[in-house]
Amino acid sequence: MRLPPFQGLIDRHGREVHRYLAACVGPIDADDCWQETMLAALRAYPGLEDDRNLRGWLLRIAARKAIDAHRAARRRPLPVADVPERAAVSPAPSDPALWRAVRRLPEKQRAAVALRFAADLDYATIGDVIDCSEAAARQNVRAGLAGVRREWDG
Amino acid sequence: MNPIDMTELARRAAEEGLLDVAYATVDAPFGRMLVAATPHGLVRTAFDKESADEVLTELADRISPRVLEAPARLDEVRREMDEYFNGTRTHFDLPIDWQLSHGFLLRAREECFRIPYGEVRTYKQLAEAAGSPEAVRAAGNAMAKNPIPIVVPCHRVLRTGGSLGGYGGGLECKRWLLDLESGVLTL
Repeated sequence: MRLPPFQGLIDRHGREVHRYLAACVGPIDADDCWQETMLAALRAYPGLEDDRNLRGWLLRIAARKAIDAHRAARRRPLPVADVPERAAVSPAPSDPALWRAVRRLPEKQRAAVALRFAADLDYATIGDVIDCSEAAARQNVRAGLAGVRREWDG
Repeated sequence: MNPIDMTELARRAAEEGLLDVAYATVDAPFGRMLVAATPHGLVRTAFDKESADEVLTELADRISPRVLEAPARLDEVRREMDEYFNGTRTHFDLPIDWQLSHGFLLRAREECFRIPYGEVRTYKQLAEAAGSPEAVRAAGNAMAKNPIPIVVPCHRVLRTGGSLGGYGGGLECKRWLLDLESGVLTL
């Protein structure tokens, strides 16, 4: 299998992977998670047998690392209660409080929402990354948004 | 701010043995050069005329696709090349990774690596030194496709009679290097 230089993958998709991770695990853990993602990708890269969707492959690894980070964070005691501030008006998509609500969603919904709105992927690719059908990806995004809305509306 | 920390990634990748080819750029007096090393040593230098994409793709194919831009891994290479171009270094103390060279081409390039600063040889002399006096053309070929120009000094090999022959970096560049080494240049 002829594979392109790994640096090219980072140049093309590195920022997008970071955006997705920031949405999933928060800006503080995203840097670490990004490093873990790229190291895991480097480890597996020479053995890759299909180079048709390197972006999806990287995001799939990132999704796994995000889940690991989430589980690790749950095991860490929280020093202060992380209560989102209530916005009077509908929050903008870049609102950090909104993304905190996204991070409290169940695993698949969280990943689906982050992939849709932080990495701007279509539903087929999201399904590819979180290992479900296009329809199930759509359903996960819908359920995730409903969950965020519920929390938001109190 | 760029959230992507390449320095940290390259450092950790090297530590875990996942950095098979590290590359960086060096500013030469005649343009930028790309330099690449494996954990065994310097494996490739390339003039600006060659497309960096093509050089890196070739390294990915022939060595490993684990290719990262990692200037810190090439600090020593860059320092010695800077000193050479400034006229303050006449010998490279760099480990060389010869894996892109085989057979006679390897022998010819190893012989070339031994030609001292400021001296020149003919393609014929190089062929003889490499053990195949008849292989003058092959010696020319070994120099024309030298994967590590400057450090493996193919610019020190000329045609019998003293004409320059060819050079991957262009004849002007070859002339400049020979002038540098003969002390004609005022730096």
